[in-house]
Amino acid sequence: MRGPEFRVLGGRPEGVTSLHVDDELETRSRIVVVGNGMAGARFVEEVLDRGGDEQFCITVLGDEPHGNYNRIMLSPVLAGESHEDEIVLNSHDWYADNGVTLRAGVRAERIDTAAKQVHADDGSVTPYDHLVLATGSYSFVPPMNGVRKDDGSLLPGVYGFRTIDETRAMLEATGRCRRAVVMGGGLLGLEAARALQGHGLQVELVHAMPWLMNAQLDAEAGAILKRSVESLGITVHLDVLATEVLGTEHVEGVVLKDGRRLDCDLLVVAAGVRPHTDVAVRSGLEVERAIVVDDQLRTDDPDVYAIGECAQHRGSVYGLVAPAWEHAKVLADVLTGTDPDAEYTGSRTATKLKVAGVDVAVMGVSTPERDDDEFLVISEPKRGVHLSVVIRDDKLVGATLLGDTRKVAFLTQAFDRGAPLPEERIRLLVDLSDGAAEMGVAEMPADSQICNCNGVSKGDICGAVADGCGSVGAVMDRTRAGKGCGSCKSLVKQIVEWAADGEVTEDASASWYVPGIPLAKPELMAAIREQDLRSVSAVFAALAPAGKEDAKSKMGLTSLLKLIWGADFVPQKDGEFINDRVHANIQRDGTFSVVPQMKGGVTTPAQLRRIADVAEKYEVPMVKVTGGQRIDLLGVRKEDLPAMWSDLGMPSGYAYGKSMRTVKTCVGSDFCRFGLDDSTQLGIDLETRFQGIESPAKIKMAVVGCPRNCAEAYVKDVGVVAVGGGKWEVYVGGAAGATVRKGDLLATVSSAQEVMTLTGRFLQYYRENGNWLERTYDFVPRVGLEAIRAVLADDEACTDLDAGIQRSIDAYTDPWGQDAGEPATPGQFRTSLPLVDLPMVPVR
Amino acid sequence: MSLTQTAATDSPAIGTPTEHVVGRLDEIPMGEGRTYVVAGVQVAVFRLRDGSLHATQAACPHAGGPLADGQTDVDVLVCPLHLYAYRWSDGGSSGGAGPLRLFPVREQDGDLLVTA
Ligand SMILES: Cc1cc2nc3c(=O)[nH]c(=O)nc-3n(C[C@H](O)[C@H](O)[C@H](O)COP(=O)(O)OP(=O)(O)OC[C@H]3O[C@@H](n4cnc5c(N)ncnc54)[C@H](O)[C@@H]3O)c2cc1C
Ligand code: HEM
Ligand code: SF4
Ligand code: FES
Repeated sequence: MRGPEFRVLGGRPEGVTSLHVDDELETRSRIVVVGNGMAGARFVEEVLDRGGDEQFCITVLGDEPHGNYNRIMLSPVLAGESHEDEIVLNSHDWYADNGVTLRAGVRAERIDTAAKQVHADDGSVTPYDHLVLATGSYSFVPPMNGVRKDDGSLLPGVYGFRTIDETRAMLEATGRCRRAVVMGGGLLGLEAARALQGHGLQVELVHAMPWLMNAQLDAEAGAILKRSVESLGITVHLDVLATEVLGTEHVEGVVLKDGRRLDCDLLVVAAGVRPHTDVAVRSGLEVERAIVVDDQLRTDDPDVYAIGECAQHRGSVYGLVAPAWEHAKVLADVLTGTDPDAEYTGSRTATKLKVAGVDVAVMGVSTPERDDDEFLVISEPKRGVHLSVVIRDDKLVGATLLGDTRKVAFLTQAFDRGAPLPEERIRLLVDLSDGAAEMGVAEMPADSQICNCNGVSKGDICGAVADGCGSVGAVMDRTRAGKGCGSCKSLVKQIVEWAADGEVTEDASASWYVPGIPLAKPELMAAIREQDLRSVSAVFAALAPAGKEDAKSKMGLTSLLKLIWGADFVPQKDGEFINDRVHANIQRDGTFSVVPQMKGGVTTPAQLRRIADVAEKYEVPMVKVTGGQRIDLLGVRKEDLPAMWSDLGMPSGYAYGKSMRTVKTCVGSDFCRFGLDDSTQLGIDLETRFQGIESPAKIKMAVVGCPRNCAEAYVKDVGVVAVGGGKWEVYVGGAAGATVRKGDLLATVSSAQEVMTLTGRFLQYYRENGNWLERTYDFVPRVGLEAIRAVLADDEACTDLDAGIQRSIDAYTDPWGQDAGEPATPGQFRTSLPLVDLPMVPVR
Repeated sequence: MSLTQTAATDSPAIGTPTEHVVGRLDEIPMGEGRTYVVAGVQVAVFRLRDGSLHATQAACPHAGGPLADGQTDVDVLVCPLHLYAYRWSDGGSSGGAGPLRLFPVREQDGDLLVTA
């Protein structure tokens, strides 16, 4: 089944092994965990956290060949929003480093509870002192004619949605398939439908119940959710069963009970899960709907425990991760002796989810059950918002929030801990702005889990703020809170704001091009054109709230205005960053660095001699060959800049701007014995054409003469690789800085001229659509290579792009040549620290 | 080498502050700053587009950055080195550095007058 390229998630390189203490010498008691999913792995972590590695030698048997991964994150992986590597929780290395033996790809078959041994499908027999079953669930495939082949396997094209392997298979299928049917309108089905729809498939969703997410929502909320889902372009069929699957070699469609036929080449079955109980049944343990456990998660055998979705506790079987984590904690307390009397008494599941892009939070009951239950509903179908609470004896016993989960912090609190409720019940659901003190995040205990996906507590978030994270984004980066499903983002934001006491960078502005003008880039560009705004101050006057200038917005606006107006831009020095004001890069002591242009990294003895003379004349503290194939003169006083430029007589290399900086080249076919084409000349031509072009962030290019890639073209914003026969590959979105990313192959073209044209079009598209300071390595994946290709295939769009880039090329003037003779403003090159004897950087 | 030491040169001169003519208003381009030495202290003077004037110590309290090379608006001055933003209202910054020492400044017949 698995091809040679099968990749183990969180795997370790072949041949790496860990040391093992000889079994004879092992004095610790043995814990064996069956199941390497979220519960099993968390349990191991909890044991280690309690110093359990001193007491126990731990072995984990896992059916899946992978390290442990975050199953919940399979939704964004399927949607193409997360990479599978991002969802690894514990890699094989982690197990080895912590002295835990992971036997991945090994399935437990049977337990001999008398001999205390686990028999596995690889023939192995593993003795245990304590056995933990954490086998989770599998996708339930309802009986339908034709869904399975004669050998019992699923018909090709039919998938469950539970494992990374299934997710990979579906992802791979999205490339071939055009129409998908998803069976099941619960969380998983909705997530799968949205993900597939995002891949461009036509998606129909079939749900056997009268409304979506019927397990969590009432009918009214379900109806509102349906409208939101349909607005995504997904067709929803409710209250109908699928009875037959069509196709012999591959799925071709499904037949519904009412006789309708839905054609499809991909069928996802998300019609519920069933606990994996086969091992327990075979081993004679008590199994009802799942493996029956007591308040210490013990089965009817005193040394066998069950946790997670395979466990049935006081009649309840859970399908969420939070209870599984509570199980893991309690069992770790019991086994390690940290709290031998720890008990699990059941979970009150308060769930906040984002389903198909809609925020949902549910806890407790969804409708009143007793005559004197209070029931409050706010329903705004138009906005897709439906909020309700059920109150019994002055306590919150249930809440459903759909489309607006701003009040979830307080409600969860009230639900979990029975916090007192406001007299005016409506305050539970909406903020009435009469200045009454806001209840909420302030009262939450520090250990409340905020981000379930990544297990981040309120305390962790406050800690990050205390450590100096000043914005919600920074806190999310640090703690990973909100980086899973994203459903907790609003809560994270509230806590950050509370913890930082108002000193947060406003994230509502996240979509704005610059913080001081409340417009996204396209709207801002349109407004600038419409109102004919040609200078930074004119933009503020016309578009900023109350016409107010904003220092941190000026640089971005200058760049944008240059893009829009080319030579007709009205420059204002105060709109520029100091680097652009004086065409040099400011250094740590207030001196500057001077980098002359050296196209394609090619220089001459005469140039070098001049550079050497200038370096001596101005006592330049350091002369350095840069990573961009030119020479940097560092530690230059501002006052000396114009004279140095005149003496150099070379144009600026733009080493300081948010602009096209340099084109690296290799020596190519003129010299290299492997060279397939003249990479040097093409590099020089590219640098000549695109020199100094301002852009959302810096642009670095390279051209190489063959795929040996000596000038590192694969990791450039634009990288060009000769492949022979006059052909060139053009890669975009590469990076080799703090982020390392191989560029995506945009196109293979058959002449140097086409490289020039294509590069211009790509640059212009990026300039017009990239966010301020967004490098191409973020831009290309965000927009998607396909979208960029589509634009470049559109002749009309290309005509505009060509005209746009040409306007900027025509507006280019060498800033050194321009300002060397006559300063642009009074005191342009005056020192800003007259009493400080610069340079203070070390002289080499 | 400690760049913060340079801030020491900005400590106020001994004696009673007096008003000094430091230069001409038109030496400072709109929206920019220029540094002057006033009574032995370097002072960065800014001329905002709304016509207001501000004066502050010239070296950033964070790590000695040249504040006159920074960008500004009616609320804050942003140091060019690490982009700390100092409030004109009280010299403080949200990053916790500072506060900046601010000096009274005014214009008279095209002259810039700084009290230091
Ligand atoms: C796409 C998706 C989205 C989800 N979203 C959410 C969500 O938003 N919120 C939420 O709370 N929950 C969500 N869940 C549910 C959540 O993933 C589960 O509740 C959680 O994984 C349960 O953990 P577990 O360890 O009990 O089971 P699992 O994580 O399924 O782990 C069980 C493991 O045991 C292995 N195993 C089974 N039998 C054997 C055997 N005989 N021998 C060896 N190994 C065996 C299995 O291969 C598996 O790796 C989602 C699930 C999916 C699939
Ligand atoms: C207990 C409450 C939880 C709620 C309410 C919840 C909510 C949601 C919601 C609403 C989505 C849909 C996202 C979308 O379609 O945009 C979602 C998806 C997801 N959830 Fe959760 N989740 C919960 C727990 C978890 C946990 C514990 C994890 C991880 C451990 C997790 C990880 C994810 C991930 C990764 C996604 C994929 C998101 C996406 O497709 O955008 N969730 N979750
Ligand atoms: S990239 Fe190829 S052509 Fe260029 S120098 Fe290296 S080996 Fe030679
Ligand atoms: S020196 Fe001014 S912010 Fe660092």
